[in-house]
Amino acid sequence: MQTKNNQQTGAFGEEVVAQYLSGLHAEVIERNWRIREGEIDIIALYPSGVFAFVEVKTRSSVAFGHPFEAINREKAHRLQRLALGWLATHGCLGCEYQIDVAAVLIAPDGSHSIEYRTGVL
Amino acid sequence: MSLALTKSIALLGLDGHVVTVEVDIADGLPAYVLLGLPDAALSESRDRVRAAIVNCGEKWPNRKVTVSLSPAWLPKSGSSFDLAICIALLSAHETIPPELISEIVFLGELSLDGRIRSVRGVLPALIAAQKAGIKTAVVPRANFQEAQLMQGIEIIGMDHVREVLRWLRTGDRVQADEIDFLWQPVDDVLDFADVAGQPQARLAAEIAATGGHHILLIGPPGTGKTMIAERIPTILPQLTISQALEVTAVHSIAGSFAQRSPTSLIAPIVSPHHTTTRVAMVGGGAHVIKPGACSLAHNGVLFIDEAPECPSGVLDSLRQPLEAGTITIARSIGNVTFPAQFLLVLAANPCPCGKFSGRGRNCTCTSQQVRRYLGRLSGPLMDRIDMRVHVDPVGRVDMARSELGESSAEIRARVIAARKISSARFSEYNWELNSQIPSRALRTIFQPKKEAMNFLHDELDKEHITARGLHKIIRVSWTLADIHGHDIPTLADVVQAHELRGGIEL
Repeated sequence: MQTKNNQQTGAFGEEVVAQYLSGLHAEVIERNWRIREGEIDIIALYPSGVFAFVEVKTRSSVAFGHPFEAINREKAHRLQRLALGWLATHGCLGCEYQIDVAAVLIAPDGSHSIEYRTGVL
Repeated sequence: MSLALTKSIALLGLDGHVVTVEVDIADGLPAYVLLGLPDAALSESRDRVRAAIVNCGEKWPNRKVTVSLSPAWLPKSGSSFDLAICIALLSAHETIPPELISEIVFLGELSLDGRIRSVRGVLPALIAAQKAGIKTAVVPRANFQEAQLMQGIEIIGMDHVREVLRWLRTGDRVQADEIDFLWQPVDDVLDFADVAGQPQARLAAEIAATGGHHILLIGPPGTGKTMIAERIPTILPQLTISQALEVTAVHSIAGSFAQRSPTSLIAPIVSPHHTTTRVAMVGGGAHVIKPGACSLAHNGVLFIDEAPECPSGVLDSLRQPLEAGTITIARSIGNVTFPAQFLLVLAANPCPCGKFSGRGRNCTCTSQQVRRYLGRLSGPLMDRIDMRVHVDPVGRVDMARSELGESSAEIRARVIAARKISSARFSEYNWELNSQIPSRALRTIFQPKKEAMNFLHDELDKEHITARGLHKIIRVSWTLADIHGHDIPTLADVVQAHELRGGIEL
């Protein structure tokens, strides 16, 4: 069960990543797109016409490992299925797309850092 | 740069292949992919390498790590690639200059705290490295003594990954005690002086050591068969350096330095138990082909006690290496040839209860049991045995005598002198020992004196010996002639050789 605090942390991380994507001139199309199989944190469209499906992991400490280590192979493949689901329901099947992951680390003093990897599958 | 490569060695039997270890660190989710036909132990390297890197205070790359061991078609096994993977990974992670490590061979297994553990087969691996033109090799310090036998390549013994990293980053390292290396001559724990009496068996052992003749000792329990067999290495000449290297290489593959020092010059003795399997005797294994007892006894003695108790087939599997001096093992991962030039010493009780000797008064076996017992030693194998010697119970006269028998040193001096004579005689041929004289040469150049041949031909006519047996007798008689200082075997030499062979007709 997510605690309220964790939800806030997650929402903060997603906001940070959305701003980061805007900085790259990518258009954030949708946030927290949710169907029964799961949720996509951010869906964005790059200026090059490529859709990006972004999984955001936010952590306030690395005590439980690096955020990226929380994304295992199974989870990555679920992201892929969700991405295809979104493309299908929006009539974009066949468009170029990629799966991105972002790690947001929040330091105790409130400052944060972002690590962004594109096309991880 | 997120790509680095270094070198290691994969072993298939005694043959080493230089393996290029490439590590690529790519963006992507954290993952570790190992390519190049690894076996189970090698696949586990991921967790050892990771723990070692983290525990040395280095950073593990949270990215997609691809490790490729090429040539990819060559099946690789074991933990000796750990160190090479670890170093290449750190280099790909830009903590070591990649140009430093690309031509260095790294061997070693990692423990979780970063220490470098010993591995099998360091010497054969280095031989392969040198052939491939490698100039520098890093080995576990535990294997340093063995590794130093290899000349013409810079060997660096390391204990810990941190030590390797300091050396690669700053160039300084602890100079290991390289003077430590000396070939160890013969020790004197065992000595023929311990053996009471048994003149016939002592002589047979001396002949075996001189001419390389295989021998069967038959006698009741407790008469000294094992004692005599164990002492045969002490009267064999010291190994030459090249022979010792061959022995060490085989033992290195088997990882059996607990029993034998890598720098020993003593002829090895291997005594497998009589319940041993064929694979343990000649070598084998599905993934890693290991040498068997007959290869571990290369340039030494293979002693099988209670030979008739061996399962059928185990002893007969020795027939081919006895002929060829090598053994080739064919498995799905490849063919492997190990050297197997050994002196075979078999020991047997005369019957199942062991007491059928002298007048056999205490023996409880039926005559048929007695006959069957030694009959378990197959004819073709017995045919390759030159001497069958009875070892009788030691009498009170021998046991009461206070002066010791002849010492190993005295016998060895005679063995060396006699071998010198025979090797001078065979200088223009491609064999060295009397037991290796081909039968054609025995009928022509290397025929004993006329009256000796007449004696043998008479025995042949009386069907006391076979044609093959005749050749065996002549070979032993040449050794006797060398020991006695005769130019060619006399009638007495041949008669004695005949007696030594004829101990029992099988």
